[in-house]
Amino acid sequence: IEWFYPEGPAPPFSAGTGAAACSSPATAFTFAAFCYMLALLLTAALIFFAIWHIIAFDELRLNPIAQCNTLNPLVLPEYLIHAFFCVVFLCAAEWLTLGLNMPLLAGHIWRCMSRPVMSGPGLYDPTTIMNADILAYCQKEGWCKLAFYLLAFFYYLYGMIYVLVSS
Amino acid sequence: MSAPAGSPHPAAGARIPPKLGGAAAPAGPGLGPARPQQNGPAQNQMQVPSGYGLHHQNYIAPSGHYSQGPGKMTSLPLDTQREDYYSGLYTVPTQNVVTPSTAHQQPGAQQMYGRGPPAPHIAGSTPGSFQGAASSASHLHMSASQPHSSFVNHYNSPAMYSANSSVASQGFPSTCGHYTMSTVSNAAYPSVSYPSLPAGDPYGQMFTSQNAPTVRPVTDNSFSGQNTAISHPSPLPPPPSQQHHQQQSLSGYSTLSWSAAGLLSAQDNLVRNHTGSLAAANNNPANTVADSLSCPVMQNVLPPKSSPVAPTVLSSASSARMPPTANQLVEPVASVTQPSELLQQKGMQYGDYVNNQASSAPTPLSSTSDDEEEEEEDEEAGVDSSSTTSSASPMPNSYDALEGGSYPDMLSSAASSPAPDPTPESDPAPAPAPAPAAPQPSKLAKPFGYGYPTLQPGYQNAAAPLNAGLQPGNPVYSGFQQYPQYPGMNQLSSSLGGLSLQSSPQPESLRPVNLTQERNILPTTPVWAPVPNLNLELKKLNCSPDSFRCTLTNIPQTQALLNKAKLPLGLLLHPFRDLTQLPVITSNTIVRCRSCRTYINPFVSFIDQRRWKCNLCYRVNDVPEEFMYNPLTRSYGEPHKRPEVQNSTVEFIASSDYMLRPPQPAVYLFVLDVSHNAVEAGYLTILCHSLLENLDKLPGDSRTRIGFMTFDSTIHFYNLQEGLSQPQMLIVSDIDDVFLPTPDSLLVNLYESKELIKDLLNALPNMFTNTRETHSALGPALQAAFKLMSPTGGRVSVFQTQLPSLGAGLLQSREDPNQRSSTKVVQHLGPATDFYKKLALDCSGQQTAVDLFLLSSQYSDLASLACMSKYSAGCIYYYPSFHYTHNPSQAEKLQKDLKRYLTRKIGFEAVMRIRCTKGLSMHTFHGNFFVRSTDLLSLANINPDAGFAVQLSIEESLTDTSLVCFQTALLYTSSKGERRIRVHTLCSPVVSSLADVYAGVDVQAAICLLANMAVDRSVSSSLSDARDALVNAVVDSLSAYGSTVSNLQHSALVAPSSLKLFPLYVLALLKQKAFRTGTSTRLDDRVYAMCQIKSQPLVHLMKMIHPNLYRIDRLTDEGAVHVNDRVVPQPPLQKLSAEKLTREGAFLMDCGSVFYIWIGKGCDNNFIEDVLGYPNFASIPQKMTHLPELDTLSSERARSFITWLRDSRPLSPVLHVVKDESPAKTEFFQHLIEDRTEAAFSYYEFLLHVQQQICK
Repeated sequence: IEWFYPEGPAPPFSAGTGAAACSSPATAFTFAAFCYMLALLLTAALIFFAIWHIIAFDELRLNPIAQCNTLNPLVLPEYLIHAFFCVVFLCAAEWLTLGLNMPLLAGHIWRCMSRPVMSGPGLYDPTTIMNADILAYCQKEGWCKLAFYLLAFFYYLYGMIYVLVSS
Repeated sequence: MSAPAGSPHPAAGARIPPKLGGAAAPAGPGLGPARPQQNGPAQNQMQVPSGYGLHHQNYIAPSGHYSQGPGKMTSLPLDTQREDYYSGLYTVPTQNVVTPSTAHQQPGAQQMYGRGPPAPHIAGSTPGSFQGAASSASHLHMSASQPHSSFVNHYNSPAMYSANSSVASQGFPSTCGHYTMSTVSNAAYPSVSYPSLPAGDPYGQMFTSQNAPTVRPVTDNSFSGQNTAISHPSPLPPPPSQQHHQQQSLSGYSTLSWSAAGLLSAQDNLVRNHTGSLAAANNNPANTVADSLSCPVMQNVLPPKSSPVAPTVLSSASSARMPPTANQLVEPVASVTQPSELLQQKGMQYGDYVNNQASSAPTPLSSTSDDEEEEEEDEEAGVDSSSTTSSASPMPNSYDALEGGSYPDMLSSAASSPAPDPTPESDPAPAPAPAPAAPQPSKLAKPFGYGYPTLQPGYQNAAAPLNAGLQPGNPVYSGFQQYPQYPGMNQLSSSLGGLSLQSSPQPESLRPVNLTQERNILPTTPVWAPVPNLNLELKKLNCSPDSFRCTLTNIPQTQALLNKAKLPLGLLLHPFRDLTQLPVITSNTIVRCRSCRTYINPFVSFIDQRRWKCNLCYRVNDVPEEFMYNPLTRSYGEPHKRPEVQNSTVEFIASSDYMLRPPQPAVYLFVLDVSHNAVEAGYLTILCHSLLENLDKLPGDSRTRIGFMTFDSTIHFYNLQEGLSQPQMLIVSDIDDVFLPTPDSLLVNLYESKELIKDLLNALPNMFTNTRETHSALGPALQAAFKLMSPTGGRVSVFQTQLPSLGAGLLQSREDPNQRSSTKVVQHLGPATDFYKKLALDCSGQQTAVDLFLLSSQYSDLASLACMSKYSAGCIYYYPSFHYTHNPSQAEKLQKDLKRYLTRKIGFEAVMRIRCTKGLSMHTFHGNFFVRSTDLLSLANINPDAGFAVQLSIEESLTDTSLVCFQTALLYTSSKGERRIRVHTLCSPVVSSLADVYAGVDVQAAICLLANMAVDRSVSSSLSDARDALVNAVVDSLSAYGSTVSNLQHSALVAPSSLKLFPLYVLALLKQKAFRTGTSTRLDDRVYAMCQIKSQPLVHLMKMIHPNLYRIDRLTDEGAVHVNDRVVPQPPLQKLSAEKLTREGAFLMDCGSVFYIWIGKGCDNNFIEDVLGYPNFASIPQKMTHLPELDTLSSERARSFITWLRDSRPLSPVLHVVKDESPAKTEFFQHLIEDRTEAAFSYYEFLLHVQQQICK
């Protein structure tokens, strides 16, 4: 557990992990398994985020301002959580898992870059959100993410067991 | 501030309190009492989470802000308030509040606290009775003693005012209690009220009769006894129609409530009279207390403070739910006949109120209350006529009848031209004699592009008379049934060069036009909207295209078909247009579909006498009893003759079901920039003059309130409280945390404080002449304005002359002048900050619209500033390089715009819902508003010059219907405090073939919708994307037409006649300020053009996109129309090309907001002398903006033509006389869009470009 530094810059840690893996395979196994466990838990949280997102967009037609206000603060935490375990996987040198997460990470970064002019956090602007295109996009995004997180959840479960068993 | 006003300039640097007037005394105690009120709203603001959260609460619990404010105030004892006030005041840096209040102001203020809110707004905004059951007894007295006239306008009826004054006398506690009660403990009400219900009475009927604000006819006769049957339309036999006759004639009301042309105005007049008297009654500010006490009711009522006991609750419920009239008018009836009903009625309202609250309906529209009408099966035999489905009635009774095969009336009705319709097409437009096309084919069949000089804008050799035959209005026309033959005909026509007019069997709109060979594509008469291809009956009933247009008058059956056609599908709306004829319907029950809430309209079908089928969701609904009686014909049993079913544009007077709170008064706040820059520009003089002139014409009733704020680096408020000898200026310099110094006296009753207002307006232009303050704290000023307005809502007019440079919302210059004519990237079309957007959303939530007048000489970042109006449903005016002497034409324009702006109609706290037939859905909305739900637009204000556009998509296939309908319902509070609903219904046929889709294209509507979409695209993506999209729209639609509908050879660029102007208009758009590249365009100009595209109604937008050019030196009376005994010549339209300008002529260009008269060098001296009043060309001055009134025939003709053009639009355009040699001529020439410019194609080149793209 001493290998795990959440927000630290990636390179030194990946190097450290590599070194650790060389020196003591038992520790490395623990860390990889831990990564999967952590990812498992966090993905469960993300699934809730995604469900919340979907529900909120369903109810959006009632009051866009309130819905945007509830949704916007959740965007950054979601992205950070995802980015966080991407980093963790990087540290654990789980390249395949990292690769699978890369598209979503890139998507998140793109979303952050192209967000509307807003003083607060978040992505959703109550004045444009009712635009059918944007609404449909966001709804689709919610469903896609839910599917991705669900699949990822089982993948992590599998990955964890695999790591545990193979050791 | 008024007479001695020359001196009291606030010395800006020193921040000395300006001594306004002679009687200025140090502020101290005078302001004391103001503390609590100031504190109330302020805290109110603070509690609310900044940002968007605010709205939610307010929509759901509309009474929220009433309860909060007063609650604060009363919680503080007066003494401590004062202390508080001082401490509060002095914690702020000492200069902050400079309050030179006069000594004699104090008693007034004291007084007002002693007796509760003197401010009419509190009283006015909670009209209704707070007094409990006793109040209705008082109502009874009041209305009993009142002559009939009092029924004309229920909002102004005396009983209401008694109620108001009771509020005042009660003081705040009860109000507060009542509001909190009503919002919090909903559940309790039903149990309180229902038990008192007499068992036998039908609940719903009681309810409806009670609620309707429109019981006027009923109440008129309320003492005659017979009409219990009407007000309680229970199983009693429907009254014979004769009785109705009697009643109606007795009351003299029928003519009023059942409109037709003059009705509205008549009613208004009455209202006005009435208001006048009321205003008088209400105008005594000082002794309101005495007044209210003198009223017998009041003494009954005065409830102990803070007594949220059941009676209060009950009455408060009624006050919240019901318009005072309903109370006042109905209750007498009820209580005369059966006094026990009183309580029960309250109960009913209560229940309903709870409903509303519980469902937390965000919109008044969606209240579910009037659903309670009961099935009434026991019809009286004698009254009920044959209830068979159709045939008996002139109205088509079912969809089948409406459909009637494919296009039943096409052949007969449309044969000659759209003339049989009441559309403008039937105008005596001098359609050139349809010249037989016989000699033409040879010429026009020329190989494409053959005779055209490469760069010449004009085409070489088509002789002028040729065009005549191509004009719409060709007599040769036939039905759609002939489509099967169409391909064959196409080949024929292609061989004839697209000119087979006489033998062509297809409808005019489908006649293929070879664009590259048609030299004069623009018709010489104005382009009218195509008429939906319906049968004659429906055509007559359909909504006027001026209010409501669809881009495709024939709606494609499926999305796939729409995609194939590559045309935008959408609606163009002008819902609040000034109408000369508008049926206003006053009716107990507004008949609506039970499931989709559609208003009954001409396109519903009556299954039998008692049931109608909704044309949007196809639900079968019952016809309410009241609807069976037709007040127009005074007959019974003809629901299909009711005005609702005979007119597609109607206005209902809405009941209290449609209110979330009592109708607000008209409230106007002016926020004026008085920085150095503004004073230099000199707009204040014009504004103040204009306001002084139009003060009496401001729309509103006796409750109208007005306020002023000015700002530079500080914010100045003006205390105009009645009773002061001079207006008082209060300066707040703490712009980081703006507060209102005296929240109560800043917005004052227009009539009570008129003298003070006039004083202020006279003084304002000179007050700041020596200011050296260059900064502008617009953001804080707007925040203050929001605080000031939020208790009532209303209109804020902001005048700004520069970039805001201080406080929240400050902006930096983002324009790079070197990039103005860039062809690549145009940046900064979007806002730089979301401050203004958030503020607008907050305002919108508080029913406040912000109108922006930007009068700047330099870049002011309109892209950011415009947000304040865009999302609060305001409007935007922009006067580039405004200066009152250096730029007289702009000054004149401001003056004219202001006149219109101040006096035009206005609707408050409005929402607009657009419904459409099941299967279609709203996609995107364009205009100034906030979209609150998928089909609901929140409009804090609505003005007659606002236009909207909606993109539609087809979600489900429309195969099982042959007609679709669109309905716009605009619910608003009129300036007279009436809640009204204006409903427009448009009907269009559904078609399944691509050819039919093309046949029904409304090219102008399509262009306007495309322009709106392109604006969105430019902001969200980039300008070049938007331009590409525009070009692609032409390319795609023409290639789709070419490949699927016509079999013409692909070398020719062929368009259906309905689309022949499409490329021209798109080219015009590309050269429009909003979208042009390569020509130097200031960023603000560009953004303003975009704002206009978004918010202008179609008629004005089209002139902006494609101006009209007329030759006016040879006006004749040929084909002239007669308007008001004036002969208005109708010169033919010229195409926008320099080719048409001859040096010997004079031309008038109508660009919508501006007229240019171009005088050629060789123009006839007679014309110059007769019309312009100068001997020759050389003596015409460079700047000329008026035509002199000369007593010559040609001058008369020219002026009557220009006046006629002017009258047709709300904003009177400014006229510029442009000499051929003057530098101003570039202004004129940039509108000649068919010509080539350095940066853009000529029309012909553009066609070639399109063709090239198609062939790719």
